[in-house]
Amino acid sequence: MPDFGYTINKQRVIDLDKNDGQTVRRVRQLEPSINICIGCGTCTATCSANIFTEFNLRQLMLLVTRGETANLRKDIEKCMLCGKCMLACPRGVNTRNVLLAISRIFTENE
Amino acid sequence: MQERLSYDPFVLPFTFGMVYIIVYLIVAMARVINALPKEDKQRLAKGIFSKKIFISIKEIFLECLIHRKIFKHNKWLGFMHMSIAFGWFMMILLAHIEVKLYAPTRFNLPYYPIFFRYFMMETETTLRGGLLFFLMDFFLLLTLTGVGMAMYKRINKRRFGMRRTTRLRLGDTIAMYTLWAIFPLRLLAESFTSNVSGGSFLTRGFGLVFENFVSNPDHTLPIWWAYSIALGIFMVALPHSRFMHIPTEMLLIVLRNSGIKVEKKNKGIATISIYSCSRCGMCLDPCQMVSAARLNNRASVYFLRQVRHKEKETENTANACLMCGRCVQACPVGIDSCAIKQNVRDQRSLPTGTEQQYSYLPQPIASEIKPEILYFAGCMTHLTPGIKQSMEAIFKHANVNYQFMDEKGSICCGRPLLLAGQTAAGERLIETNKKIIAESGAKILVTSCPICYRAFNETYNLPIKVLHHTEYLERLIDEGRIKPQKSLKNFVYHDSCELSRYSNIYKQPRNVLRSIAYLQPTPYDGKDGICCGGSIGSTLLTSTQRRKIAIDAANKLTEKQPDCLVTSCPLCKKTFDNTTATDVKDIAQVVKEALIIE
Repeated sequence: MPDFGYTINKQRVIDLDKNDGQTVRRVRQLEPSINICIGCGTCTATCSANIFTEFNLRQLMLLVTRGETANLRKDIEKCMLCGKCMLACPRGVNTRNVLLAISRIFTENE
Repeated sequence: MQERLSYDPFVLPFTFGMVYIIVYLIVAMARVINALPKEDKQRLAKGIFSKKIFISIKEIFLECLIHRKIFKHNKWLGFMHMSIAFGWFMMILLAHIEVKLYAPTRFNLPYYPIFFRYFMMETETTLRGGLLFFLMDFFLLLTLTGVGMAMYKRINKRRFGMRRTTRLRLGDTIAMYTLWAIFPLRLLAESFTSNVSGGSFLTRGFGLVFENFVSNPDHTLPIWWAYSIALGIFMVALPHSRFMHIPTEMLLIVLRNSGIKVEKKNKGIATISIYSCSRCGMCLDPCQMVSAARLNNRASVYFLRQVRHKEKETENTANACLMCGRCVQACPVGIDSCAIKQNVRDQRSLPTGTEQQYSYLPQPIASEIKPEILYFAGCMTHLTPGIKQSMEAIFKHANVNYQFMDEKGSICCGRPLLLAGQTAAGERLIETNKKIIAESGAKILVTSCPICYRAFNETYNLPIKVLHHTEYLERLIDEGRIKPQKSLKNFVYHDSCELSRYSNIYKQPRNVLRSIAYLQPTPYDGKDGICCGGSIGSTLLTSTQRRKIAIDAANKLTEKQPDCLVTSCPLCKKTFDNTTATDVKDIAQVVKEALIIE
């Protein structure tokens, strides 16, 4: 069959009952400003790390909110904590502390 | 003079307090000095057995007794502290001289000098204690004046140049009120016995009045008991209150003069610094988290108290701090609270990251052409592209052979990670950047960001010279490589914390700005520089709190309505944008505009 460049996404179900709801609850305690994130993606657009590698803060925060935290451990490490995202954020989310909070929770859960 | 008695049970509370405090201090000092690392112990030995000890003694006299730094801040506040400390010290000293002169056999009794007037009586044959009695009364009056001022300060602190004072803990309250009670009680006690023991203008004067009520010295015992109990309570409460600074500050001065600095861990000199905090509250007014964002509990005085009493909030207070260093600047004791905060941050249990965490970063490419200047813009400068464009234009105008190190995106200098307590991760970034800098072969590294500047200067140990662009611009102007035109504009310059207070770069930007415009002085020049509120030092402050600080700072700086508020830090510039109607520009942009570029 000729390749038209189209693919079919694998079926994917976000089961909020089974997902990890603990992490996001704890993050909200540690850094409440995650609640006001509108997911605009400015943080990712300005990210220093994202220039060199795939590091998507917007996606990361979305995944944490949904409780899909299984593969995030490696990703979080890529952040250089430079703080550009925090200055660029139109909502004033304290992004640096969101990341620090997530990594703290991961350590605590170990 | 002649001895009347040598012992009375009322001396017991005082003696108990004195034994308690001496044992406590000896044990505490032994533990603290034992906790010092080996090199510091050697330094301390050198500091004690050399000329340095004289500098220390002079400083102890000037700071612990006279309180010179507080005098510089406000003369009334200085006089209040001086009168209590110096007056009390002189009374203790003179009392010992009295005992040595009139009752030398009793010199080994610790309570004897303190209650001298109760135990001794006047005779016709002596000098009637004339001069010494006068001096004792004089210093008692001085101390009483100080206590009176301290009481008045509770009502009207603004008279003493303070807008805010520290809230007290239970231990502080007990110690403070007993301290206030000691001197009036002493006056009463000595006045009541003055018809037997003699006295000078103060005690004898009151004594003449009191004689009408009680004339038998044995009937004045209750007041001597009260005096002794007050002293006893104060000395027992002292190690558990803020007055612990009285003994520890002396040790801190000796250690500091021996060249010992706060280590990576909060023990040794850090412990002494924590206990040396007198909670005078002089760091409250300079702290912008307190004055602008109304976060009272975040001031250094409360942080040091939280560390000392191992309170839960310690970590949050350490993380909230902007690390601007204004409290360290204001501290009359000279406590480096920022270093202690950094230690608390370093000790929290955050993951250190794996070896490969930054393996995605590009490897350095060795270049054939060795540039004269390696320019590192820094992450923040990429957010304010006007600065890097101006710098490039200036480089080209001055025909500088430069290489733009992070044109295609910055690798962070690592300082934000270090400040957040992620030392291992920060060091990985430092290694990566070091390789790139070494490969470039440049002789001078110019950076636009004071955060990076400080990291390069203090933690990188680079073999090449590091300049901030303010320094480099001054050099270019001095060498005549750029000739900016002077205009009639009015500028105000904002000192960024990292560049001014921490790196001592005050003159260079001002020289540059004076060559292109009129530079207005502000009350926040130099060491008194204010923080813009955007500092990456804090991980906890919310954007609202930061904005409050930024608006407050911008208002203060633009009070005289300058044409332009000039910054030298991209982060300050970004933070000040949209907080004031005045133009906010970086020094590089201003210089570029003053150049005639074809």
